Amino acid sequence: MHFWHLTDVEIEALRLSLWVSGWAVAVSLPIGILVAWVLARLRFPGKNLLDGLVHLPLVLPPVVTGYLLLVLLGRNGLIGAALYKYLGVVLAFNWKGAVLAAAVMSFPLLVRAVRLSLESVDQGLEAAARTLGAGPVRVFFTVTLPLTIPGIITGLILAFARSLGEFGATITFVSNIRGQTQTLPLALYTLTQVPDGEIGAMRLCILSVLIAMAALVCSEILARRFAARVRG
Amino acid sequence: MEINITRRQGDFLVDAAFAGPESGITALFGPSGAGKTSLINMVAGLMRPDAGRISVNGLCLFDSSSRTDLPPEKRRIGYVFQDGRLLPHISVRANLTYGMHLTPADRRFVNFAAVVELLGIGHLLNRRPAQLSGGENQRVAIGRALLTSPAMLLMDEPLASLDASRKSELLPFIMRLSHEYAIPILYVSHIMDEILNLADRLVIMDRGHVVAFGDLDDLLSKPELQTHLGKEDYGSVISTVVDDPLDASGLTRLRFDDHLLKVPPMSAGRGAPIRVRISARNVAVALQAPSKTSFQNIFPGNVEQIIDHGESYVDLRLDIGCILWARITRQSFSDLHLKTGQPVFALIKSVAASFGAVIGDNAYWHSRIL
Repeated sequence: MHFWHLTDVEIEALRLSLWVSGWAVAVSLPIGILVAWVLARLRFPGKNLLDGLVHLPLVLPPVVTGYLLLVLLGRNGLIGAALYKYLGVVLAFNWKGAVLAAAVMSFPLLVRAVRLSLESVDQGLEAAARTLGAGPVRVFFTVTLPLTIPGIITGLILAFARSLGEFGATITFVSNIRGQTQTLPLALYTLTQVPDGEIGAMRLCILSVLIAMAALVCSEILARRFAARVRG
Repeated sequence: MEINITRRQGDFLVDAAFAGPESGITALFGPSGAGKTSLINMVAGLMRPDAGRISVNGLCLFDSSSRTDLPPEKRRIGYVFQDGRLLPHISVRANLTYGMHLTPADRRFVNFAAVVELLGIGHLLNRRPAQLSGGENQRVAIGRALLTSPAMLLMDEPLASLDASRKSELLPFIMRLSHEYAIPILYVSHIMDEILNLADRLVIMDRGHVVAFGDLDDLLSKPELQTHLGKEDYGSVISTVVDDPLDASGLTRLRFDDHLLKVPPMSAGRGAPIRVRISARNVAVALQAPSKTSFQNIFPGNVEQIIDHGESYVDLRLDIGCILWARITRQSFSDLHLKTGQPVFALIKSVAASFGAVIGDNAYWHSRIL
């Protein structure tokens, strides 16, 4: 077997990883921006509770998060049962569940990065845009959001990398099914559990490093391009 | 325009009321912390009064009794901030047109090309705000506000962040605005020199309250308002006309009452009205008319009032046909044995004068003897 030739298992795991991580980031981005905005700009009772809830996956053991997801969103779970009954949606033990697990685990990183960036946006600029005739929604999309882009890029890359590496919550919530939920880390783990799996594990390890590096380089290029736009 | 509002911010109470015609430049003057910026933020809708009423051009912007509170984007008030606040992520052109595009076409009366021409910013259109100098930044900020075709322009110390030469570069632009576009301007400043150059009317604020408002010339000659102009700014404003633009000694001669005042030469025509401000620090007094002196202007008069601040100096209100304030040291005061009613000679040194540009026929040249 040629070194550069990826096996079916590897291709499956790679594609699934990118697919799951991509979806996880895409789903959590709008919600993440909204939550970050709420936390950065609004003052309301229960704000600390929301803040804590968002950060919970960061401090809980991932297996606990995965187990909670299973209890809540499994087919017989509190919410999962209703989802299945009324919408026909099943999350447990398929790729959608893997997306959810990755999204939940990476959510705090996304929110933190976007919130930091939002807090550094000069609200005086937003006030200026209001006096120029822009309503609050237009101000958000033409002033606040564009100026938050550096934080959004950082948050996206962090969340994407975290999703790629997601293991504990995923294996607990959706198990380790080849082609369905077996992402790179799960495939790597599986290989370490079988005899003669070392070479395969090392190959997946190198693959993971390459993807992570590529993501970092992308974010760097995007951030520089944005900075250059503002500088002119 | 009619403003009558109250707002409590912690221990600070802004309780301001004044009304005035919707034309020309009204200066909002007062020391830092007088509540000037709070007041115009309430006019712009960026800050909410606790109670009161604000109306501009017959449009009610805020009225607590009828629960009217238009959001800033509905007020049609242009705002030029002290720090410019251009949007950093878009070009100068996009900054200028941001508000213009949000103004319905049938309401626009300010033309893009004309504003670019007036402010001299044509060569900057494709730049980013970060590439602009301080003066260019403020000119674009003025253009941006102007292009929304506002019913009124608010300017919050637009020159404060600029050095002296940039200030004198920008002053003529602001003077031309109110003339060319007939947009009333509410201009916040704590620099009397700027106000003398620009304003038609004056609102004096102190500690959250409006102390006085009215015509600039009337207000500035009222002795009881001198204390509000700040101790450093103690001085007299005298309305004069040019008697001789260039006399035999190479100075410009100004006439007021029966007196002639010599100032450094300025290029104004005979008969042109000039507002002169003479700082109390630059007026000395003598008991006899000095025979040999470097003072170009010597006027006989009487001591009308003595104001002792309890500091190293004493302020005198002199009557030389009009009011002239003089500031002398406590030492000189006791050496001369000055009393109210005593005849004295006021000595004004003719030094440099700063003035703005002439616009149209009804314009002033304002000049200050330093």
